[in-house]
Amino acid sequence: MATHLILQKILKTGRLSEPAPAADPAMRTREQELQAEILKVFGQAVAIRCVDAGSCNGCELEIHALNSPQYNIEGLGVKFAASPRHVDVLLVTGPVSRNLETALRRTYDATPEPKWVVAMGDCGCTGGMFGESYASCGKVSNVIPVDVEVPGCPPTPTALLQGILAAVSGGH
Amino acid sequence: MAEFANLTLETAGRHVWRVRPAADQLVALARAVKEEGGQLIALWGSDDRPLGAGYGLHAAFMTSLGMLWATVALAVEDPAHADLAAVFPQAGRMQRATHDLLGIRAEGAEDTRKWLRHGAWPANAFPLRKDYAAATVNEPDAYAFVRVEGDGPHEIPVGPIHAGTIEPGHFRFTIIGDRVLRLEERLGYTHKGTEKRFEGMDLATGARLAGRVSGDSHVAYAWAYCMAVEQAVGAEVPERAVWLRALFLEMERVANHLGDLGYLGNDVALAFGFNQFWKWKEDWLRLTARMFGHRYLFDSVVPGGIAVDLADDGYDLNRMTRRLDDEVAQLKRIYDEHATLQDRFANTGIVKPDMAARLGLTGLAGRASAQAWDARMQFPQPPYDRLAVNMATQRKGDVLARAEVRFAEVFESLRLIRDILKHLPGGAVRAELPAVAAVREGLGWVEGWRGEVVVAVRISADGRLDRVHPHDPSWQNWPLLEVGILGNIVPDFPLINKSFNLSYSGQDL
Repeated sequence: MATHLILQKILKTGRLSEPAPAADPAMRTREQELQAEILKVFGQAVAIRCVDAGSCNGCELEIHALNSPQYNIEGLGVKFAASPRHVDVLLVTGPVSRNLETALRRTYDATPEPKWVVAMGDCGCTGGMFGESYASCGKVSNVIPVDVEVPGCPPTPTALLQGILAAVSGGH
Repeated sequence: MAEFANLTLETAGRHVWRVRPAADQLVALARAVKEEGGQLIALWGSDDRPLGAGYGLHAAFMTSLGMLWATVALAVEDPAHADLAAVFPQAGRMQRATHDLLGIRAEGAEDTRKWLRHGAWPANAFPLRKDYAAATVNEPDAYAFVRVEGDGPHEIPVGPIHAGTIEPGHFRFTIIGDRVLRLEERLGYTHKGTEKRFEGMDLATGARLAGRVSGDSHVAYAWAYCMAVEQAVGAEVPERAVWLRALFLEMERVANHLGDLGYLGNDVALAFGFNQFWKWKEDWLRLTARMFGHRYLFDSVVPGGIAVDLADDGYDLNRMTRRLDDEVAQLKRIYDEHATLQDRFANTGIVKPDMAARLGLTGLAGRASAQAWDARMQFPQPPYDRLAVNMATQRKGDVLARAEVRFAEVFESLRLIRDILKHLPGGAVRAELPAVAAVREGLGWVEGWRGEVVVAVRISADGRLDRVHPHDPSWQNWPLLEVGILGNIVPDFPLINKSFNLSYSGQDL
């Protein structure tokens, strides 16, 4: 009987969540001027839309890893949403391929203000190994404004979490 | 065979053979491979004008001898070859990509629409030609989808940007009621000029880029690339390095399979399965980082060997494999007994063996549809020739079969890891590559977690990369997803898609 086995396993596994890391303000690329009230709201819950703008899928592995029970991101008020219209933060991996340039701009435009953009990974921050070419626009900030850059190839889930928290914690 | 009497087979590595047929022999050669039960694995082109020739068309066939790498010389003006898709349908998209990038035409091909080109470069410019100098443009894609006419069908466009955290691509569903009548994929969105980027790179940097063709198969690509380079320059790789490469490859397979098994549970609303498998995947990645400095082993495989050695006897890894044997067996029992999960997995997204054979389904998904190919078993490169890999196969070709193959391969990889640790030879882990003074070519071939990864390399006389073609098994398997979804309901698409888990970046290049 599967239910019995599942319950047994859940009880045996116990709680796995680990304490969250602190925000890393060093990842901020620009100061956001925010109303204190908005910050207060975002300080408690934030919805994120992932946009793969041409990555090798390495960064996506770590976004998935952030969903593993050890990180408990929903417990921190961070939730991944299915539409840009529902979110506060766009998490963009790159390099931005020219074939996705328009789609990325449209996704940005569809996201309601106020919004923040986190560029993830060496490619998203600088263009990385792919750089700029006939097929690649390079870094994310070549296409849309970026608030926080999280370097790494790929950045660890902890670094990513620090970057997301830096995006939504304003100057605090 | 008499018609190939003029051809000679040169050996081009372990289980790899090179043959140079005339242009008018290519289709007959492909037919001969097909009649013998072989498959077309990869097809690509090269600009050979700097070598004093025209263009080259390359095809890699899986045969009973191993990999047959056929190269055909094409003219400088309007390079063209006879269509191979009539023999091997999987050639279709590869031929279209070869045209987009090099302007090599497949004469007589039924589908000559563009594939990797959207609107970022003009139709009459070909980026992989050495003299490419076109300005970038930004035109609408204007792609001619196949339309279903008549009363009743309804079209659902999905993507390129998807609702989940997955790579971008466009799916055009035509449905009648709840059932999918037709699916057409439009890929190429993550095309970022990877092949062009290789040109002029030094050999070590090339390994780093090869590993980033598809991030989830880093080790498979880096190894296949290094194998090709080492074959080309005639380098001897220390035994210990070869064994550790296999250790890395099996660790990569376990990480990916654990993640997929979790997501397959998640996609049928069994969040428990996701949490359990991802807890273990995360622990596995952390152990990998502790042992080798990177969660996904990035840049650990380098030309001539490996960059990071195993520091101890691998005790922690050994213990972890025993623990996972037990944990995954427990979770498998739950998946086996979970009525909802079984109901959603079984008979969903079926690719029958005869269709799989006809269209060239390969790798993990192929083995779930009775396509019994696994390079680690049939054509083992060292150290697999000493490891006796057991291949996992199923016949049903549904989501359940693809999950079963993953379970079996997790257990087998855990066993192989223990075997590798037990028999790991000592000694150096890296050798210097001999210097190159002439144009050299090589081909590497590794059974990654998704299927066979093939990398072909040409090195110029100055020792730098001239042409690198990385081939992902997703090229063959994407068209089979269009087949597997037929007759299923749209809400089962994410589950079916996940059960294949194909690479976008690996085929978009």
